[in-house]
Amino acid sequence: MSQESILDLPDLNRRRLLKGVGIATGLALTIGVNGLVRAAVEEPKKYGGDAMPGGLKADVLVFVSISTDGIVNIVAHRSEMGQGVRTSLPMVVADELEADWERVKVVQAEGNEARYGNQNTDGSRSMRHHFEPMRRIGATARMMLETAAALAWGVPISEVEAKQHQVVHKPSGKKLGYGELSAAAAKVPVPARDKLKLKSSAEFRYIGKQNTRNIDGQKIVTGTTHYGIDTQLKGMLHAVVARPPVFGGKVKSFDASAALKVPGVMKVIELQGSNLPPLFHPLGGIAVLASNTWAAIKGREALKITWDHGSNASYDSQAFRKTLENAARKPAKAVRNNGDAVGVLAKSKQLFSAEYYQPHIAHGTMEPPAATVQIVDGKCEAWACVQDPQAALNTVAGHLGFKPENVKVNVTLLGGGFGRKSKPDFVAEAALLSQAMGGKPVKVTWTREDDLHHDYFHTVSLERIECALDAKGMPTAWLHRTTAPTIASTFVENAKGGAPFELGMGAVNMPFNIPNMRVESPEIPAHTRIGWFRSVSNIPHAFAVQSFVAELAHQAKRDPRDYLLDLLGPARKVNPESISDSWNYGESPERYPIDIGRMRHVVELACQKAGWGRKLPKSHGLGLALCYNFVTYIATVVEVVVGDDGEVSIPRVDIAVDCGPQVNPDRIRSQAEGACIMGASLTLTGEITFKNGVAQQSNFHEYQVLRIDEAPREIRVHMVDHGLDVPLGGVGEPVTPTIAPAICNAIFAATGQRIRTLPIRDQLKA
Amino acid sequence: MVTLEINGKSSQLDVPNEMPLLWAIRDIAQLTGTKFGCGMALCGACTVHLDNEPVRACVTPVSAAVGKKITTVEAIGEDKVGKAVQQAWLELGVAQCGYCQAGQVMSATALLKSTSNPTDDEIDEAMSGNICRCGTYPRIRAAIKLAAKEGTK
Repeated sequence: MSQESILDLPDLNRRRLLKGVGIATGLALTIGVNGLVRAAVEEPKKYGGDAMPGGLKADVLVFVSISTDGIVNIVAHRSEMGQGVRTSLPMVVADELEADWERVKVVQAEGNEARYGNQNTDGSRSMRHHFEPMRRIGATARMMLETAAALAWGVPISEVEAKQHQVVHKPSGKKLGYGELSAAAAKVPVPARDKLKLKSSAEFRYIGKQNTRNIDGQKIVTGTTHYGIDTQLKGMLHAVVARPPVFGGKVKSFDASAALKVPGVMKVIELQGSNLPPLFHPLGGIAVLASNTWAAIKGREALKITWDHGSNASYDSQAFRKTLENAARKPAKAVRNNGDAVGVLAKSKQLFSAEYYQPHIAHGTMEPPAATVQIVDGKCEAWACVQDPQAALNTVAGHLGFKPENVKVNVTLLGGGFGRKSKPDFVAEAALLSQAMGGKPVKVTWTREDDLHHDYFHTVSLERIECALDAKGMPTAWLHRTTAPTIASTFVENAKGGAPFELGMGAVNMPFNIPNMRVESPEIPAHTRIGWFRSVSNIPHAFAVQSFVAELAHQAKRDPRDYLLDLLGPARKVNPESISDSWNYGESPERYPIDIGRMRHVVELACQKAGWGRKLPKSHGLGLALCYNFVTYIATVVEVVVGDDGEVSIPRVDIAVDCGPQVNPDRIRSQAEGACIMGASLTLTGEITFKNGVAQQSNFHEYQVLRIDEAPREIRVHMVDHGLDVPLGGVGEPVTPTIAPAICNAIFAATGQRIRTLPIRDQLKA
Repeated sequence: MVTLEINGKSSQLDVPNEMPLLWAIRDIAQLTGTKFGCGMALCGACTVHLDNEPVRACVTPVSAAVGKKITTVEAIGEDKVGKAVQQAWLELGVAQCGYCQAGQVMSATALLKSTSNPTDDEIDEAMSGNICRCGTYPRIRAAIKLAAKEGTK
């Protein structure tokens, strides 16, 4: 696996190593292997799902099968982690197919992107990219059933119509059920794409409605689902691994004698660590295999291990904050430069600057990473809670030295993902241990301590913004220095400086109506594994930018909403490339321009619904934040109460969501609610600190996440309606980054105290 | 050998007395509805009922469960209140990833069995030991209230 071009990739996939970004459409001269110069037409640049590994597939024969009893089986090829995708995507197929949802069975796909198209369930892309293919699949199947019925009856196709699991002959009223037609329909030629007749929006039965039960709901409340941690195989061994406490560390020596005496412990195996970059490799360490999980945990406690902590043993979060501050206060490489911000700042008398800090945070999925692998007759089979099953397959194959076709990855339900389970290091651990045990089934379970100590952490960051202001307090120049270890360091050794996909998350692509805009990205090394966490770099960027805007409004003695709207300027469409955003979430800049009108609208909607400007009791405050992310427009107004003891509570949140057309509105609402609570969690208490290279938080008493008594009491989600003429936006992530700045702005409104360091913890306590 | 009565069924399990009930239920009895989340009684994912009282199975040794009725999420629907809770959960679409929901359902059922019409404060008190990282808390609160209403019909 070569990694050299990761920084140019629109997603974080290791398999596509084309220098895809920046290639223009048109003629190019290429030199063939025979040395002859020839003209070749280059492919147009691809966007969206077409640009993803595996692309988009809409093969009806792969995705749909109908049993003779009428059960319609629909393949869900993306991973379910709470966003409802196992319901929503098959629901789209079922709608176009005119299938009765009560007679639909969802079949989870194994990892195989050549067959199913892209499966990397990440980046708020599932519905955005796969809505159209799912519609085509459903429409194809419907037309095949109609054709089969017309042939059976010997009537023109125009006289038949599929309706709720049967095809009706309109003139006679004759009916044939889908089960009766399935065998004949399977023999009908698959209609060409340009012959497909998709439904009109008015004909939708499920899309945009809230009438389909969640496909996994009943099993969830009765405890009969299958998560990664639940796999049970005959003869299976249970493993836990003692991993190097410091990233990059190695086992120097170990003594397993006491561990092997623990009843139930069967074997102790050393797992080799990997060289940099970390990629999705196991961290190495000492594995204890036992007849049950508890024995493995007790065995691990009895291990005596001497570690070589390696070069990150001095990583210290307190000291590192200084490193970030120093870098943020010095000029650095410009990653966007419109006008002459540096010159204007140097000459201006009215300056304002501020710095905003966010620590590392951990995903803390309620189901920690867990995977089971067995190897039989040279074939490896895994069961795992993975967001990216193809990456898991490739990683396992690489570590075992197997051909990819000899590895099968079954995708279980994920007990939370949030980006953590895109990284299949834990599956490779199980595979290596199974291999070491002669192919026996081995389940690796991460304890909570493992999860918090060895995450691919959300990066630590220091965002500094400087402004020059005119007489009215509006910025004439804006300089944002975004200072953080980069996710690219997980893929490229010693990578430093923001990658395009990080900078395009709310740093360079701020479309403010300011004549001189500059963004710089200092080079900061990483001392732990950096990963992506729900909405990624938008979190620190929006925290800084949206807090800073409210601070500017206060300086100018203006209402923060009015000030923000003025800063956005008039409704218009901004080409992201014109503001140095080459990424644009992988989407076409023409199809997905940054729409200032939609930004303004969500701000106005959230404020209107929240009763912006209403009279509030003492120590209450309203705060506003806007974030355009994953090509979706979000504005949030938070109401806080700051008690006399400095305790922050959140009685109400109003969230305006413009994600284009809504396919499964209730799941959009639930994602907004959940992202709001996750955002509040990282704002109030979320922090992982390092000392001597070791993460200091071990479990939920130290890494505190929001509980029901602390959560916002009322979350109102207000959705902007669109027809299908507007392209879909992301849903799973976009609300998260608005919460921290909205809370902090509300606290300022309530108390006059400005929070610039997350989490808030006891900063307001005297 | 330890004899445990899980969901009305008596089983002999070959486990040491000090093994946490969670692992005996999951790994030995192979009932995986009860979840591991923290191992320190911090998250509530492993909540089961011992003689109708909610306990965190991850810190309860099997010896403490001997002679008591253990109820897990797989069987809580046989209880009228448990059934009403499950129905309310489905009605309001509470679950997202669903992993913590077994524990949430068990805690909510225990709450409603002792307090048929809980206030917000009583809900906070009974449910704050159960973490949901997906953030389903507003719907959990609403579903408990719905189950309280439906359950008394």
